[in-house]
Formats: sequence, C-alpha cells, structure tokens
Amino acid sequence: MTLAMTKSQRTLGLYGLIAIAAVIAPFLFSAYISQLTVLWVMVLFAITWDAMGGQMGYNSLGNIFFFGAGMYISAVVQIGLHYDVAEYTAAYGAIKVDFTPTQYYTGLVLGTIVAAVGSVLFAFLLSWVVFGLRGPYFAIGTLGIALAAGELVGAWEYVGAGSGISLPVFPGEPEAGERFFYFAFFVAAVLTFFFFRWLYQTRFGLAINAIRDDEEKAEAMGIHTMRYKTITWALSAFFLGICGSLFGNYNIFIEPLEVAFATVVFGIPMVVMSLLGGKGTLWGPVIGAILYHVIKEATWKYFLGWQWVALGLLIIISVVFFQQGIMGWAQEKWPELFGIEVEEAPAEGEEEAA
Amino acid sequence: MLNNIQLLIDFPVFNLQLLLDGLMIGAIFALAAYGLALVWGVMNVKNLAQGEFVIMGGYIAYYLSIDAVVRIGIPGTDITFFEVMKPGVNPLWALPVVIPIMFGFGWLMYFLIIRYVIDRDLFTSLLATFGAAIVIQQVLNLIFGPDVQTAESGLGTRILFGSVTIQEIRVLSLIIAGILAALVVLFMKNSRMGQAIRATAQDPRAARVMGIDTDRVYAFTFSLNAAICGAAGVLISMIWVIQPFYGIAHSIRSFVIVVAAGLGNLPGVIVTAFGLGALEQYGGFALGAEFQQAVVVGLLIVVLVVRQIMQARHRQVVR
Amino acid sequence: MAAMIELRNVSKSFGGVRANQDVSMDVPAGKITGLIGPNGSGKTTLFNSIVGYHPIDGGSIRFEGREISRLKVPQIARLGMLRTFQQTRIYGNMNCVKNMLISVPHRSMGYFEIFYDHSPGELERAERLLEFVGLYAKRKLLAGDLSFGQQKLLEFAMALMNQPKVLLLDEPTAGINPTLINGLIDRLKRANEEFGITLFVIEHNMRVIMNLAEHIYCLAHGQMLADGPPDQIRADKRVIDAYLGAH
Repeated sequence: MTLAMTKSQRTLGLYGLIAIAAVIAPFLFSAYISQLTVLWVMVLFAITWDAMGGQMGYNSLGNIFFFGAGMYISAVVQIGLHYDVAEYTAAYGAIKVDFTPTQYYTGLVLGTIVAAVGSVLFAFLLSWVVFGLRGPYFAIGTLGIALAAGELVGAWEYVGAGSGISLPVFPGEPEAGERFFYFAFFVAAVLTFFFFRWLYQTRFGLAINAIRDDEEKAEAMGIHTMRYKTITWALSAFFLGICGSLFGNYNIFIEPLEVAFATVVFGIPMVVMSLLGGKGTLWGPVIGAILYHVIKEATWKYFLGWQWVALGLLIIISVVFFQQGIMGWAQEKWPELFGIEVEEAPAEGEEEAA
Repeated sequence: MLNNIQLLIDFPVFNLQLLLDGLMIGAIFALAAYGLALVWGVMNVKNLAQGEFVIMGGYIAYYLSIDAVVRIGIPGTDITFFEVMKPGVNPLWALPVVIPIMFGFGWLMYFLIIRYVIDRDLFTSLLATFGAAIVIQQVLNLIFGPDVQTAESGLGTRILFGSVTIQEIRVLSLIIAGILAALVVLFMKNSRMGQAIRATAQDPRAARVMGIDTDRVYAFTFSLNAAICGAAGVLISMIWVIQPFYGIAHSIRSFVIVVAAGLGNLPGVIVTAFGLGALEQYGGFALGAEFQQAVVVGLLIVVLVVRQIMQARHRQVVR
Repeated sequence: MAAMIELRNVSKSFGGVRANQDVSMDVPAGKITGLIGPNGSGKTTLFNSIVGYHPIDGGSIRFEGREISRLKVPQIARLGMLRTFQQTRIYGNMNCVKNMLISVPHRSMGYFEIFYDHSPGELERAERLLEFVGLYAKRKLLAGDLSFGQQKLLEFAMALMNQPKVLLLDEPTAGINPTLINGLIDRLKRANEEFGITLFVIEHNMRVIMNLAEHIYCLAHGQMLADGPPDQIRADKRVIDAYLGAH
C-alpha cells in the first residue's frame, strides 16, 4: 500500500513539475514562444491520433481532416457573425475586420464550440464511409478523405477557395496575443491528455484495446465494435476540431492545403510522433510529440531547405527501424514498471488446471 | 459548370475529344497501376511512392530535353572540376535512359527500405513508402523548383472532324505504353525471372523451398515497378505536366485502379485505367479544372465505399 | 421440445465445393448437442454459417424462433449465441483478468454505461470463473504466456463470462493434454447444469462426445448422415463407414 502511495505521489509530482515548467516557459523563453505554442498543438495531435491508431488499432492517415474542418467551420462562424462570408472572401482581404474585444472573444468561443460539434458530426457521418474498411484500406480511405477535403475546399469560392480566409487579429498587444494562444493550446492539450487518460481506464478503453488486438474475436463476443469505433473517432474529432479552431485564429490566415488540411505538415507527423514515442501508451504520444517537434525545429534552423527531406528520412527510420517507440521499448525492457507480471519460471505442466 | 455540360450535349464531337484524351492518358495510368498491382500482389507492399517514381521519370526526361550546364564539383562551393554544356535532346530518347536509372533506383530503395517492411504489417509499408515519397518530392523540389514543367517532344497536332485535335505525341505515347505493357506481360509469362515472380506471389514459402531466392525476386519486382513507373513518367512529361508534388495524385490513381479492378486482373486494370482517364477528363471539363484532383480522390472514396457495400452482402468487411 | 437453434435445409458452397448441403437439425434448449463428422465434412462451415461469418446459399437458420441467417456476427452474438474458435482466440497482450472483463455481456449495455468503470461485482465474477476453470493462480499473467490448453480454458471462461444462452464450441479438447480432458468434460457438463447454458459441440474425440452429448448429429461430405443418442450413433454402420473412409 505504501508503494502505491509513493507511486501516486510520484505521478502527482511529475504532473506538478510539468505544469510549472509549462507555465513559466513562455516567460523564460519568450523568443521561442511560437515554437512552444506549436509544441502543445503537436502534443494534442499525437494524443488524439493515438486514441485511434495506438489504442484501437485503426491507423488513420486522415485525422487532419477534423483539424481543417474545425478551422474552417470556426472561421465561417466568426466572420459570418458580422459579415457576409461570400462577400468577405471574394474581397481577398480588402474588407478589413475590425472587431471589438467582446466581438472577438464571443466569435472565438462560439466558433470553437460550433467547430467541435461540427467535427463530431463529420466523424459520425464519415464513420459510415470508413469503418467497413480494415487495415491498409482504412488508412488509404482516410487519407483520401483528407486529400479530398483539401481539394474541395481549395475549389470552393464561398470559403475563399485556394486563397483562403484572413481571420480577425487578436485585440491587444501582439505579445499578449501570443501568450493567450500559448495558454489556450496548453489547456487544450492538458484537457485532451486527462480526458483520454480517464477514458483508457474505463470499460471503453478495454473494449477499444480488444478491437485493436482481435476485432473478429471482439465481434464474436458481441461487443458493439461499430459503436466504439465511431465514438473514438468522434472524440478525436472533438478535440481536433477545437484545436483547429484555435489554430486558425492563432495563425490569423487559413488556407486549405498548407494550413488546414496539411497532410504532409501535420497529418502524417501525427502518426510519426505517436510511433516515435510508442503507440498505445499514455505517455508515448506526448514524448514522441516533444521529440519530433524538437527535431523539426532543429532541422528548420540548421538544414533550412532540406528540412522536409530530413523529416521524410525521420519518418522512414522511425517506422522501419524503431516502430515500438520509446515507451514500447521501455515496456519491453522493464515490464514490471508497467504493471505487467511475468511468470518467473514458465511451468511446463498444467497441474493447476487439472 | 452547367454551360460546359450543355456544350457536351450540343456538340457531341467534344465527347469524342474527351474520350480520346482520356484513353490516351488512361493508358499511362494503366502502366503505373500495373506496377502497383505487381508489387502489391507479389510482395504485399502497398507503395505510396508510386506517383513519385512517375514524376521522377518525368523529370529525368525533362532534364534531358533542356539545354543545361552540367557541373561536377563540390556542392555548395565554386570549386568545379568539370563543366560541360549539355544540349537538349528529344525526350523520347529518355526512355532507354530512364528505364535503367529507375530500375537501379528501385533496387536501391528495396535494399535500403522495402526489404525491412515486407514481413511487417501493411501499415508499416504504407507509412514507410509515404516517407520515401516525401523525400523524393522534396529533393525534386530542391533541384527543379516548384514550377510546372513539360518536356517538348516537338511533334505536331492533327485535326479530325474539324474540331477534334489530336496531338501526335499522345498517339505515339499510347502506342509506346501498349508496347511496354506487352513487353512486361511477355516477360512475366516467359522468362525465368517472370515465372519466379509469379511463383513467389502464389506462395513465398513454397517458392523458397523450391530454391527460388525470394529476396532477389522481391528486389527485382520492386525495381521493375520503379522502371515501369519511370517509363510512364517519361510519357506523362511529354503529353501532360509534371511538378514535384503531383506524385500523390498519380499514387492515388494507381490505388483507385487497383482497388477497383482487383489484384492480378490485367484486363481489368487496363479497362479501369481507361475509364479513370475518361472520367477525369469529363470531371475536369464539366466541373472546372480546379476540381480535377478532387475528382481523382473522390473516385478513390467511391471505389472503397462500393467495395464495402459488396463485401457487406457477404457479411464481410474490406480487409 | 423447444429448439433453441433450428436449421432447415441449409446449403453453402465455396466455388464448386459443396460444404453443406440441405442440412437440417435442431439444438434443443438446455441440452448438450454434439456434431461429429470426418475431416472436411463441413462441421466448421456449418458453425460459421450459424454465427454469421458468411452468407448461406439457401435454407433457414432460426435462433429462438428468429431468423438469423442475414444478421452479422456481433448482432448474433448479442442475441446470446457465442462461439469459441478451433484455434483459440484470446487477447495475448492482456492479463487473464482483463480478458475476462472484456467479455462482460455487452448486449444490454447502454450508451453511457460503456464509459463506466468495471464494477466490483464483475471483477468478482471474473475471478470466480477463473477459479472455475482452474486459472485463478495465473490471473495476473499475460494470456499469451499461458500454454495452449490453458488458453483454451481461458477462452471457455471468457465465453461463460458473457452469459450466453447457447455456446458453440469448436473442438474444445483438440490439442489439450489427454490427462486434462476429463476435467474439461466435467466443467462443460457443470456449465450446462449450473449456468443453464445450452451447448453445441464439434468434437473429433469420440470418447469425449459420447460422454458429453445427449444427442449427436453426424455430417459426411456436407450432408447429414445420421443423428441420434450416443449409443445409437456408436452402433450406426454408416457413421463407422464414414469414419473409416469406406466410400
């Protein structure tokens, strides 16, 4: 019992340390605040992907769709509250938004709520399209959805087609805006983490693990596999929709292929971060996201021009040679730390069973 | 949008134009799709870098077709050992150059990456080849820049029925695609390596027991695929456009065709490829050119949904 | 006699191979029914048809009077019909208790209940059932580390955890150490008597099925060859010929 206490105390201490570091970081390293902000976006990406790919075994290549959908839904809501959206986008930035702080915040909150709900609705609708697909077909199908969304939005005049939408600027000092979004993403990532941490401890978590390990058996046991899959996707979509809405406002300008439905910039890295840290574990995606982000920023700084080549190579190396990830590797090495009991001397006979 | 559809009804000859264009482009899609079906069927590797092979072949042809200064020295410095003016040649001559280069590239990629993912789950191969695709795109972008390019073949155009234009290069590329496909099929049927490939596809363990070096078979299959794609890329660069990031659309096209036609169904692959070419032309014409890529990806989703509905009738899922 | 499962003229072919042809049979509620037949006689195909793995070409399958030949696997499982696999299927990366907890009945679970924690009652029942099959001491081990026979017992316990009305067992004794078979027969009988679960068993081992089942059906070449109580089947010349390959 005392061991359990110290363990929970240790966990609490760890959370406290991370929280303190996260709160003082933007003040201590104010020059790197934009990198730190995106770090929390990456953490959120990795956690929401891992719920699908790591915990349920459905390797989606299209989760970025919900990020982009949330971003566009929120933008249309925010602009639409005060302008005619079609006129606004047709003017290519000639109409300057001039929002009071109240207008800005109500727009942001309302847009984010609608974005979250809209993403969840999309997840329910699309579940009919993708969940009859298994394995690689699922991956290709979801990739197709993300790419199709980017192409369609890129051709849709109402939302500005390929030239995108400019969003209202944060009312106040630019530094205050940077800090505002830093903490917004921090809170979003933390909520996501604790939500999924709780989810994995419930019946739900066990059921999606069962789907991952042997879906046919889970079906044969009468588990509502379709329901679990749809809900997991919708939960991922919920947090990604919120994240997308915030990111659109953080970025001020949104555009379909490089910002919203950015498969290469964000969509594939979601997967890579999870794999790097160890998919199907609680901390793996978080560690993977931090590691990936650091590597990415370093290559940006030192190999400018070659950064995407370096990241492509990183994808190949992590997928091909290090797929169990950091946490997976640790779990193999020290299973007792993860609460897995190993029989000391494997008994040959089955005397107890007799 | 509706005007264009009206146009098709008022002037039936436009239909002929679209169908012919679709046919000629579809023939090239069929090449890349056949390569994918080969790799998928024999090695169970789903290659998402398929389109990048095509674009790579296209850029080699483009490079040969332009006048360029070839400099051999230390990159990033002014130190030059050797510098020569390379005159542009007709990109048709690129075919015998591209095929061995891409074959070698495929061999290299097999030994660096693919051999490690063959026995793993399919998602691994999908993601690893996607990583390779990103690397190839970016390297092409660094070398050639993001502009859209075409390799000029210097052939003329002809006019049929007063308004149907036919570029001679398109007819020529249709013929070349046909010859290449026939050569590959003959190779698979008659050569020892072709037989070994087919044996390995059926049962790799049995093939190994019979003394077939499956590792070599896999390497050859993957390289052959790269060479086929490269050849398709040469044709694409002459009749259409290439750009470093256009590869993904070609990859998706290959997947659409293979998923719709099924593995090991060569006639199906050819027919579906023609159909896809025509559908894309119609879609681009009726909805506007900006929707052409969306049509390709949309078709992928449609094909997957149709497969699901068919499987559901058998109380099964698409796996 | 209340038939829990009713098959009428069920046919299934794969390509040109007729795996089942006009098979009719009844599995009475509360009893143990056996299904025997030489290798390749279509026993597992029939099981798969009943639980919904593939469509049937013709005939009807009823479960408690309801036509199920068009339902899918999870729907049928939620009606209360469960099957175990010839090659056991357990969750190898989880420990035995988790394997049991996954198997709680899902048929009555509402949308909100799926987010609940496992109740202490469920945990207790899981441990009791593990004790029933003799795996209590190994409950914290990864299921994948168990021996094949123990995995079969675990799969059986998982099926019981699900509280099915009828359990279809595909060769429960195949690959099990012969000294354990008597214990298994005993447990199957107790599951039938104490939990009131109807059993429908495919079995190769004649001694097992003769001891276990009250009524036995015999398939050969996809067709129903004979049926009757064990003694009658044992003496049936057609059955003996089928097994000895006298065709």
